[in-house]
Amino acid sequence: MSTDKEYLRIEREKEWRTELRKKIAAKDRTAMIRVRMPEMDPSIRIRYQDREVNIGLVATQAQSEAARCLDCVNPTCIEGCPVSINIPKFVKYIEAGSFLEAAKTLKETSALPAVCGRVCPQEKQCEASCFYTLKLKKEPVAIGHLERFAADYERESGFMSVPEVAPSNGIKVAAIGSGPASLSFAGDMIKLGYDVTVFEALHEIGGVLKYGIPEFRLPNKIVDVELDNLQQMGVKFIRNFIVGKTASFEDLKAEGFEAFFVASGAGLPRFMNIPGENYNGILSSNEYLTRVNLMNANKDEFDTPVIKGKNVAVIGGGNTAMDSVRTAKRLGAERAIIIYRRSRAEMPARVEEVHHAEEEGIEFLNLANPVEYFADEKGKVNRMRVQRMVLGEPDASGRRRPVVQEGSEYDIPVDLVVVAVGVSPNPLIPSEVKALKVSKWGTIEVNEETMQSSIPELFAGGDIVRGGATVILAMGDGRKAAASMDQYLKEKRK
Amino acid sequence: MNQIVEKVLFSEKVAKFVVDAPRIARSRKPGHFVIIRVNEKGERIPLTIAGADPVKGTIDLVVQKMGVSSSKLFELNVGDSILDVVGPLGKATHIHNAGTILACGGGVGVAPMLPIVEAFKKAGSRVISILAARNKDLIILEDEIRKWSDEVIVMTDDGSYGTKGLVTAGAEAVILREKVDECIAIGPAVMMKFTSLLTKKYQIPTQASLNAIMVDGTGMCGACRVSVGGHTLFTCIDGPEFDAHQIDFDELIMRLGGYSAEEMVANERYLKLN
Repeated sequence: MSTDKEYLRIEREKEWRTELRKKIAAKDRTAMIRVRMPEMDPSIRIRYQDREVNIGLVATQAQSEAARCLDCVNPTCIEGCPVSINIPKFVKYIEAGSFLEAAKTLKETSALPAVCGRVCPQEKQCEASCFYTLKLKKEPVAIGHLERFAADYERESGFMSVPEVAPSNGIKVAAIGSGPASLSFAGDMIKLGYDVTVFEALHEIGGVLKYGIPEFRLPNKIVDVELDNLQQMGVKFIRNFIVGKTASFEDLKAEGFEAFFVASGAGLPRFMNIPGENYNGILSSNEYLTRVNLMNANKDEFDTPVIKGKNVAVIGGGNTAMDSVRTAKRLGAERAIIIYRRSRAEMPARVEEVHHAEEEGIEFLNLANPVEYFADEKGKVNRMRVQRMVLGEPDASGRRRPVVQEGSEYDIPVDLVVVAVGVSPNPLIPSEVKALKVSKWGTIEVNEETMQSSIPELFAGGDIVRGGATVILAMGDGRKAAASMDQYLKEKRK
Repeated sequence: MNQIVEKVLFSEKVAKFVVDAPRIARSRKPGHFVIIRVNEKGERIPLTIAGADPVKGTIDLVVQKMGVSSSKLFELNVGDSILDVVGPLGKATHIHNAGTILACGGGVGVAPMLPIVEAFKKAGSRVISILAARNKDLIILEDEIRKWSDEVIVMTDDGSYGTKGLVTAGAEAVILREKVDECIAIGPAVMMKFTSLLTKKYQIPTQASLNAIMVDGTGMCGACRVSVGGHTLFTCIDGPEFDAHQIDFDELIMRLGGYSAEEMVANERYLKLN
């Protein structure tokens, strides 16, 4: 399945779609108001790490939202989707009440619809290229909410469809890492008939979906259902296995693997290298979130400890920073503060996440930057010094550069600091495979069209190539890599 | 699941576990470590590999009963399984003919030192090993170390075995006696700190193998960060061995206590339940 214009046209011309379009006049569709996602009350939800904030649409809400979609001749929304979901088709199935068909449509191109419906920044992708946004200057169709609805409906219906898989061609391929890029790759390759094994270093499959994104945004059971689906299609998962360490690429080649997709992620947390940063109680967002999400450190019956701060500062303005600060609130923080060096307008976090954080009583200290940490006699952080910033001229990223306001330092009492200022690529694979070309930032260099690295049988995607992006971009890479690896292996056999 | 095929009690609180892990047994090198998780509720803890049998497909892990996790592992017996074992992790020791190498092992640190001593000996080095512990009961793997050493000196704090005194006393005696080209120190952070101060005085290049707090062991969490020569490095991927003279041991010791309050609560809860 692809964005092939001919395929989209044929699908759109089908009788049920034509009929459905006629049912409501376009002007009546555009007059409808965008649905609001029902949310759990902030005062209740901050008591639970594992209860979802967004409750999900009910069928009538979903159907009326789906009716807003004009089923455009030229569906620009699809161009905004990194995995090219046939958006009008699934939306129209929802309008028609064929929810299981809608879910099936999602699974034609996406290995993780219930995940994407929750964590994708739709406002920057499909919804940003919706006809409503582009031409009508109105709120776009709530494609993300509808995606989640269809995927959830299918899961709860007990009638999960397993996508069709081509007969096995017996060719063994490996995916390294089990995050969104790998899962998307595995889904496509298994459909093409390959023998797919996913190797994961941790004891859980799912990568960032499990260790990174908290359950109040993405419950683990949702991820597990999608993993189960891949397993039913025939994908093999091996845990506790570090390719390059537990076994080398050469070992795996000797065992019959013909090509590899490296999606080992942006594993290395960045710190700011300021005085006192190695005091106890100052940790990376990766460590903080992994302790809670993967190791269940917030629950007494689990052995992994986590520091439950009363005055928590989280450094950064991205989604990971929001995840960390909201986790701190749920773990009992009296004050949970975001400290971000630019202003609200430049925050890379999703608007929805910032909004949810505000509802939950998170404090925002924008235009401020930490310069030093102080600790008690045992080395536990108890105070941090910040300096105020002002916005200057735009930098390379197009955002206004924060400039230090001299003499503006002041201190804040803290007992836990979570540093969420970004990640660097995991160096494990590049350091084990000497011939692999890497950039000066440590990302694996690939041909952007094919995702092929300097080693022909080795493809790569996701954060190990991008250096820190989103779930959906990683999934897009996985799909691209699958298509070109398929091509590569076919050529090789000619 | 990794089955325990042998358990040898060295003392009331120290035991060797021989664990089924065929892939790791083949790929590990001296200096490598693994991360284990005893069961579903367990935490991920790093343990240095004390030896391996690639034919039988087993690795040796030596554990000292300290907190909740090590106690839970200690409860396991032959036939039981460790839920997760992943590795080998870290950078392997740089093995070469070092001339005369002084290997200082403190407490259970002697276990990871064993494969390193063996490798240096096989590479042609003259190996002088010092085994140090609080008392006789805590001296482990003496025969095995002897097999790969030209000389073994035993030091105990209380004098119950070998010579009474700290590891540094034994080391200094050797250094004053003959030319030592390199030193390796593995053991409690305090022991490594003072060994390092001693060898720095005599300008003997020294490697120390650190056992930091870790979660994933693959560079992801940064819990194991350590200051080496003024730079923050990660023990899991940049180490576990570093130039001892560059390590900020005081910071390391401080960081090892990073979760002591939480660990104390957990240990009390564990002791109440058992």
